[in-house]
Amino acid sequence: MMMSHFKKVALTALALCMIGAPVHAAEGHKYPLPDMDWSFEGPFGTYDKAALQRGFLVYKQVCSACHGMKKLYYRHLEALGYSEAQIKTIAAEYTVMDGPNDEGEMFERPARPSDKFKLPYANDKAAMYANGGALPPDMSLIVKAREGGADYVYGVLVGYTNPPEGVVLGNNQHYNKFKSGNIIAMANPLNDGQVTYEDGTPQTADQYAKDVTHFLAWAAEPEMEQRKQMGVKVLIFLAVFAMIMYAVKRKIWEDVH
Amino acid sequence: MTDQNSSSPPPSAHDENEPTRRDFLFLTAAGMAAVSVGSIAWPFIDQWNPAKDTLALSSTEVDVASLQEGQAITVMWRGKPVFIRHRTQKEIDEAKAVDVTALRDKQTDDERVKKPQWLVMVGVCTHLGCIPLGQKTGEVKGDYDGWFCPCHGSHYDSSGRIRKGPAPKNLEVPQYTFVSDTLIRIG
Amino acid sequence: MGSNSDRKPFNNKTIEWIDQRLPIFTMLDKEYGKFPTPRNFNYFWNFGAIAMFMLVTMIVTGITLAMHYTPHANYAFDSVERIMRDVNFGWLIRYIHMNGASFFFIAVYIHIFRGMYYGSFKQPRELLWILGVTIFLLMMATAFMGYVLPWGQMSFWGATVITNLFSAVPIVGPGIVEWMWGGFAVDNATLNRFFSLHFVLPFVIAAVVFLHVWALHVTGSNNPTGLDVKGPQDTLPFNPYYTIKDLFGLIVFVAVYAMFIFFMPNALGHPDNYIPANPLVTPPHIVPEWYFLTFYAILRSIFFDFNPIMLAGFGGIGYYVAKVVWDKNRTDYFSTRNLIILGVSGFLTLVGFVGAFFPQLHIPLTNMVIIEAKLGGVLAMFGAVGLLFVLPWCDTHPVRSARYRPLYKAALLFFVAIVLLLGYVGAMPAEGIWPWIGLAATGYYMAFFLVILPILSKHEKALPLPASIAQAVLDEQAAKAAKLAKKGA
Repeated sequence: MMMSHFKKVALTALALCMIGAPVHAAEGHKYPLPDMDWSFEGPFGTYDKAALQRGFLVYKQVCSACHGMKKLYYRHLEALGYSEAQIKTIAAEYTVMDGPNDEGEMFERPARPSDKFKLPYANDKAAMYANGGALPPDMSLIVKAREGGADYVYGVLVGYTNPPEGVVLGNNQHYNKFKSGNIIAMANPLNDGQVTYEDGTPQTADQYAKDVTHFLAWAAEPEMEQRKQMGVKVLIFLAVFAMIMYAVKRKIWEDVH
Repeated sequence: MTDQNSSSPPPSAHDENEPTRRDFLFLTAAGMAAVSVGSIAWPFIDQWNPAKDTLALSSTEVDVASLQEGQAITVMWRGKPVFIRHRTQKEIDEAKAVDVTALRDKQTDDERVKKPQWLVMVGVCTHLGCIPLGQKTGEVKGDYDGWFCPCHGSHYDSSGRIRKGPAPKNLEVPQYTFVSDTLIRIG
Repeated sequence: MGSNSDRKPFNNKTIEWIDQRLPIFTMLDKEYGKFPTPRNFNYFWNFGAIAMFMLVTMIVTGITLAMHYTPHANYAFDSVERIMRDVNFGWLIRYIHMNGASFFFIAVYIHIFRGMYYGSFKQPRELLWILGVTIFLLMMATAFMGYVLPWGQMSFWGATVITNLFSAVPIVGPGIVEWMWGGFAVDNATLNRFFSLHFVLPFVIAAVVFLHVWALHVTGSNNPTGLDVKGPQDTLPFNPYYTIKDLFGLIVFVAVYAMFIFFMPNALGHPDNYIPANPLVTPPHIVPEWYFLTFYAILRSIFFDFNPIMLAGFGGIGYYVAKVVWDKNRTDYFSTRNLIILGVSGFLTLVGFVGAFFPQLHIPLTNMVIIEAKLGGVLAMFGAVGLLFVLPWCDTHPVRSARYRPLYKAALLFFVAIVLLLGYVGAMPAEGIWPWIGLAATGYYMAFFLVILPILSKHEKALPLPASIAQAVLDEQAAKAAKLAKKGA
């Protein structure tokens, strides 16, 4: 909290410095990030399992074409509320390389829950080659790895606009209000109706962005619910303990004062 | 707070007026300290237990459809080899014919298999942990048409039971289930 | 004849049996039971015990993390994420350790401030203070190497920038840097040696802490009045009075610490460190952890090369400080001769700076570089830490506590404000007005030790001191009672 304020001040100061420093034109224009009301915010925050499942669907059908999630295993999907059998089915949709077998050959087999998420590209070089030189970042930790967290990720997903006058976009470049620096290689990925939801949730680009951000927040901090729940207990305990210790301290010291 | 008497005796001499309240306070504090130590200790103990990725590999599924009669395969399960043998009728008959009472570790063949033609067991000699021979064609199978441990000469029969040599127990049968006729899930 | 002949026997048989053979209980009772401790400590005196608690916490969680961490450039980042996701309570242990570094520094910074405010560094506690600064220095080295281990972007680039500082050393610099890297850039070899050192240095710290505490128990603790203990009426046995008070303070501190661990575990970190290290992409702003920001700002405040004119000016000022300010018997600060020295060297410094920043003026000699900015920054940074070591000889005023030294108090509190300001400057990009603010603040930092403290030592007239610690406590109680009575009436 302390630091984020600190950083806001830092960013403002940076923006001020830029007025006199044209070198930093590449930093672009700063729009304030949308301040979203996420269910996972605050000391009692929890993830919304339905949103997580929808978000996973969006990731699977849209994002995963270019963005990998190296830190995730299919078994981790249990936290989204899927049963063991469902996870097996999801994993089995993918083919992974295993081996070597007894003949020394590598072979392909359907993925199992104990396998890592299948990556879209064999390596970073291949990913860059396929994307005109830009590397689609890994999504496992994206919410933790960006200033602004979930608000920033959501902001980028909904922040595509026409460039302001004077900004000339190059080949393979797009203008985004919230992307730091405003220039982004990824084209607007989400459009209304692109992914079919079965629970009646509106199938809009905005909803997709919210859901997939929810999913990515979980992917970055799967321990969050357990952490906060434990934290509430620990703090209540410590508060009571501190009061008792204060009383003990006064008792012991009362003879001295 | 209540007692403002500045000339009261030092704390080692109990304040006679309110020993109970004082003792209750001290006991509560000591109790809470004990609870804190205990609850802090648990995460540090639990982190030595198998992690989630290790647990995820604690069961494995083996498709044995392609395994011909008389053939065997070895699969890795929890860091140990598991022998799966498609037994021939002769081997099954031999295993069943044995007089159980004469064995060191008394187990009938039926107790050791779920389906007679499939023998599934952990391929670690119960003597000192070597891997017995007998899985591959051409390997020594011991005196009882089963497995032979080259380290100290334990002979196992076609049901994996110890028949001769220093090993104290039969080869261990892991927990397994038949997911389908030819798909075995170990663990 | 053994060395424990004057031992008093214990009632408990087991304890007595052990104590006869190894008088550990006699020692504990002497140093932590009966140990006579000034009766007037305030809560600032909690932070030594709190720092000790943090050291133990860091060692315990650190050893635990090392059981799961892989010190290899290809696996380090993944192994940390495995700790966060798959190891039982791994996230908790890592967040305790990660935030523990910050809270260890918080405790130690407050502890250092307390030592400065109440004059705990003064005779006869100089060595105690020096051991403390040594601990601080070791902590900085340990924390820096620890931050490299997750092998994120800030880890990698922080390591690159800081190790490159040593390239400022003339002639052998580049060789030293390559030697530290074990290669031609920060890479696997660097990570491995940093892991090894990060593991072992805390035990070195523990050893120096032992010496620190030993030295403390030789001289006894200072106290808010700074007066020496004159008799039993000034002290209380350490147990139960200070064991309980320390415990209470510790619980409050841990509660704040827990708030960070459970509710904002990454607030003190940097998001970029959740991006795996990439030698091809530098993050837009490399900032060290917050506890290094002050020293980082001092490092960056020397952004100009030193030319001969400037150095001549500095030399003159240095001569004046050494010969006049530091001489206890001299007060002729503004004698004609000294004014001339000051005037000339001040003028030379000014000319040197003007020449350095306006090369188009072609002032002779100002385009010659004697000390590069990079080396100057490194020297300033190490100098800033080094000054802490010599603090007992900068401030030789006979009165310890700032309570009775209003001028020292003002100068010290302003020094604290400057340290905080430098911390702020350290987080700012090095452009615009910031480096200049940093330069001015660095100037005060240095002058505080080298000029202000010696002058105050010579001239500051202290307020009347209480007769004893016990008297001070009584006075305080009387004042409090009077205040209460006034309120009641």
